[in-house]
Amino acid sequence: MPDSLPADSVGIVAPHTLHVKTPLTLDCGRTLPEFTLIYETYGQLNADKSNAVLICHALSGDHHAAGYHDLDDRKPGWWESAIGPGKAIDTNHFFVVCPNNLGGCKGSTGPTTINPETGQVYGPDFPIVTVNDWVNSQAILADTLGVSQWAAVIGGSLGGMQALQWAISLPNRLRHALIIAAAPKLSAQNIAFNEVARTAIKSDPDFHDGHYAAHNTLPRQGLGLARMLGHITYLSDEAMGQKFGRELRSGAIQYGYGVEFQIESYLRYQSSSFVERFDANTYLLMTKSLDYFDPAKAFNDDLSAAMQPITAKTLVMSFTSDWRFSPLRSLEIVNAMLTAGKQVSYAEIEANQGHDAFLMPIPRYMEIFSTYMQQVAREVNL
Amino acid sequence: MTLRLDLQIISDWIPDGSRVLDLGCGNGTLLNHLQQRGITGYGLEIDNSKFPDCLRAGIQVIQADLDDGLRQFADHSFDYVILSQTLQAIKRPDFLLHEIMRVGQHGIIGFPNFGHWRCRLQLGLGGHMPVSKSLPNAWFETPNIHLCTIKDFEKLCAANRYNVLGRSVVNHAYKDTPAIRLLPNLFGETAVYLIQNIAS
Repeated sequence: MPDSLPADSVGIVAPHTLHVKTPLTLDCGRTLPEFTLIYETYGQLNADKSNAVLICHALSGDHHAAGYHDLDDRKPGWWESAIGPGKAIDTNHFFVVCPNNLGGCKGSTGPTTINPETGQVYGPDFPIVTVNDWVNSQAILADTLGVSQWAAVIGGSLGGMQALQWAISLPNRLRHALIIAAAPKLSAQNIAFNEVARTAIKSDPDFHDGHYAAHNTLPRQGLGLARMLGHITYLSDEAMGQKFGRELRSGAIQYGYGVEFQIESYLRYQSSSFVERFDANTYLLMTKSLDYFDPAKAFNDDLSAAMQPITAKTLVMSFTSDWRFSPLRSLEIVNAMLTAGKQVSYAEIEANQGHDAFLMPIPRYMEIFSTYMQQVAREVNL
Repeated sequence: MTLRLDLQIISDWIPDGSRVLDLGCGNGTLLNHLQQRGITGYGLEIDNSKFPDCLRAGIQVIQADLDDGLRQFADHSFDYVILSQTLQAIKRPDFLLHEIMRVGQHGIIGFPNFGHWRCRLQLGLGGHMPVSKSLPNAWFETPNIHLCTIKDFEKLCAANRYNVLGRSVVNHAYKDTPAIRLLPNLFGETAVYLIQNIAS
C-alpha cells in the first residue's frame, strides 16, 4: 500500500459503466441482445475530442490500466509504467480510455454476468467473441464518448492484435496504431500452449463443463495450472534465472515432492492469486479469441492484402527475449505493412524479461514510446 | 539547416515526389530533408538509440540489419535506394548492392575511397593500416571491414552491369578540387555514385 500516491500516477480512479441496449451481432453468428462495458478513463477529453487514446488489454487484463482504486491498493493498474502525467502515454495531453473486453470477468458482459434472456449466469453458454467483435464493441464506446477518431489505439500482446484489427477494419477511426509484442496470428506452438491451458481447466473435476457457478465451486487446480503454464511462457529463461535461480526455500534439499525451489513457490503463489481474481470460462474464451485471430485468412493468407485498408501511421515494437511472440512475429506485421506501402516504424527493444517486457519501464522502450506519442500529440495540436 | 555536402549531392540527384529507402539512416537527417520535397519512404537503421531523433524528424524508421539484405522489400519498390558511408561496414557488399539494385530503380552509394593518396602513403611507405579523417578508427576497432577504392567499386559495378549515371568525388570537407577532378582515385576521399541496372 502506498503511503502517498506517486506524482506520476493518475491517482485514485473509478470505473465507468456503459450499457448498450442495441443488439450486437458477433462473428460466431450469435447476437448479444444488450451488453455492458466497464471502462476507465484518465486525463481530460479536449473540446474537439481529438486527444482520445484507446488502450486494449491483453489476455488476462482488464479496464484498470493505471492508477489506484483506493489507498489500500497493493498495486496500481497493469500499465502504470506507461500511463500517467509525464509518462509515455502522457495524461497531461491525452484522454486515455481502457475498457474491459466483452467476455471478460471484471464487469463487462461475459461468462460471469447474467444472460438477460434466461436470468441465469451465462457461464459456458457465453458466445466466443473475436478480436473483431471487441473492436466493434469498442467503437460503440467511442461513439458514446463522442470520439470519432482515436489519436491512437495502443496495445500489447492480445491488445496489439486489437490495435492491428482496428487499423484494418475501421481505418478512418484512428490516426495511429501502436502494436507491441504482438503477432499477426498465433503459431501452432502458441495454440498448443493455449490448448494445454484449456485442457488443464476443463479436466478439473470442479469444472462441471463450465457450470461451476451452479455447483458453487471453482476449477482452482485447472485454472491455476493454466496460469502457471502461461506465466512460464511470458518470462524468459534468463529473467527467471536472474530472479530465482535454483534458490531453495529452506536452504537444503528435502528429497520430497513439496515446494523446495523458490520458483515453485512463486508459481504456486501466482496461480493461487490468479484463481481468486480471474474466471475460468473467460480464460477459455480469451485463449480461443487469440487462436482465431488471423486477419490474413480472408485474403488467402496474404497479410499485406489484409493491410491494404490501413491509413493509420503505425509503430510496431518487439522485445529480444520474447519467445511467446518473438521479434520475428512482429516483423511479419511490419513486412506486410511495408509490402502494402503503409507508414510504419519498427523497433526491437533489447530486454531480458521475455514477453512481459512490454509492461516494464525499460528505458529505451519508454524513450521510443514517449517520443512517438509526443509526435502524436504534436500532430493533433496538443 | 544546411545538409552535409555529400548528403546535398545525394539530395540533388533525387527528383521531387520520389519513393526512397535510406539504408543506415542514422538520426534521419537526410530523409527529413527529402520529405520536405515530397519524397517519401523509410529509413533502415540497426541502432535504435537514434530512433527518437528519427521519430521527431517525422520519418518512418525500421530497425534492420543490412547484412540480412532487403528481403522485406519487393522488387523495384523504390525509385532510389541510398547507402551513404555504410558499404564498407557490410559483410557482403556485393550482396547488398545486388539487393539495392533489386528493390530500387536506382542506387546511390557513398563510401570512403581507400585509394586516396594518404591511405596509399600510410600503407605503402608507413607500412600500417591508414587512419584518416574519413577512416578514423584503428584497424582492430574499425567497423569498416570491406574497404575499397574508386577503381574497385567501378570494377564491381561493371562486372554486375550496373550503369554509373552519376559520380561525385570530394575531399574530407566534402568539396571537390581540380586535383580530384583530374585524378579522383588518388585525391578523392569520399565518392558518391548514382547507379542503375542496365537490365532495367
